Amino acid sequence: MRRAQGDLVWGLVFGILFGFLLQKGGVTSYDVIIGQLLLTDWTVVKIMLSAVAVGMVGIHLFRQLGWLRFAVKPGSWGRNAVGGLIFGVGFALLGYCPGTIAGAIGAGALDALAGGLAGIVLGAALLAAVYPRIRDGILQWGDFGDLTLPRLVGGHEWLVIVPAVTLIVLLLALLERAGW
Amino acid sequence: MLLEWLTEARWSPYVVGAGIGVLSWFTLLVSGKPLGCSTTFARMAGMLERLVRGRRALEKAYYREYPPTVDWQFMLVMGMVIGAFISARLSGSFQLRLVPETWLAGFGPSGALRVGAAFAGGVLMGFGSRWADGCTSGHGISGAMQLAVSSWISAICFFIGGVIAAYLLFGLLG
Repeated sequence: MRRAQGDLVWGLVFGILFGFLLQKGGVTSYDVIIGQLLLTDWTVVKIMLSAVAVGMVGIHLFRQLGWLRFAVKPGSWGRNAVGGLIFGVGFALLGYCPGTIAGAIGAGALDALAGGLAGIVLGAALLAAVYPRIRDGILQWGDFGDLTLPRLVGGHEWLVIVPAVTLIVLLLALLERAGW
Repeated sequence: MLLEWLTEARWSPYVVGAGIGVLSWFTLLVSGKPLGCSTTFARMAGMLERLVRGRRALEKAYYREYPPTVDWQFMLVMGMVIGAFISARLSGSFQLRLVPETWLAGFGPSGALRVGAAFAGGVLMGFGSRWADGCTSGHGISGAMQLAVSSWISAICFFIGGVIAAYLLFGLLG
């Protein structure tokens, strides 16, 4: 019980930090997110790729030291590609994602509060309603389980991490160079 | 100096990104949980269904997998509202606003139209994120850094779908 309550407090603390960072980054704003989808503002990609690069190095190192465990989500083409594309269409209409909408509400976006929030909850309820019918069907199409890129290419994980981080840094440098 | 920094309206995206990267080390180290948000909306849906339909709602297979309870991630999402509020207030950028600028330029000042579009987009996003088992943070950040194939496919499809739909929306209708 104590442990569970401590967990919840940590969740709240991490959430406050996450929301603070997202708002400082500008990505709780509809204009910044829709600018990314219209390819006129690259803030979202810059934040995500730098988070992935910094995060990737640290969590793999700490896992090797035995300090943490991963939580890799299993998946399939039917689950991730189809669901991802449906998500994308919603992303363009809404202009927030499930995380940034929480931040947008905190920053005063009434369209997020009055429209988006209710929509996301209803959408999740609809998925819960159809779940028994798709669980053993389309969600299993092209199933690959909890595959990771290092296992996919059959190399040591740092043989993926080092090139991945290098690529991300190069890509970000190119974005800056292009003035995006 | 520190106060000035905290009251700035925008930080460099690289500072913010690196900060989120470091934050995700600590959520795994301290709580054993990756940053993620969309499961919380499924739990909210379950809570509402339980309010309307009673305990029968909990028999749904999906809510047995994701019980409608307040967990770590639920508190994370609540914290995000607070954190963004603090940040916006500190910089003076907090503003109650119904119709964002880019939307206004494309589709005019109607609040009902904007809320309707946000609602429709929300439905697709709630449905799609639970279909894909994650969102821009769970797959796009946490899963991608774990080098999960499921997360890279999802994140790439979020943006393929999003870019095509945004161009259609603003190109054809806006």
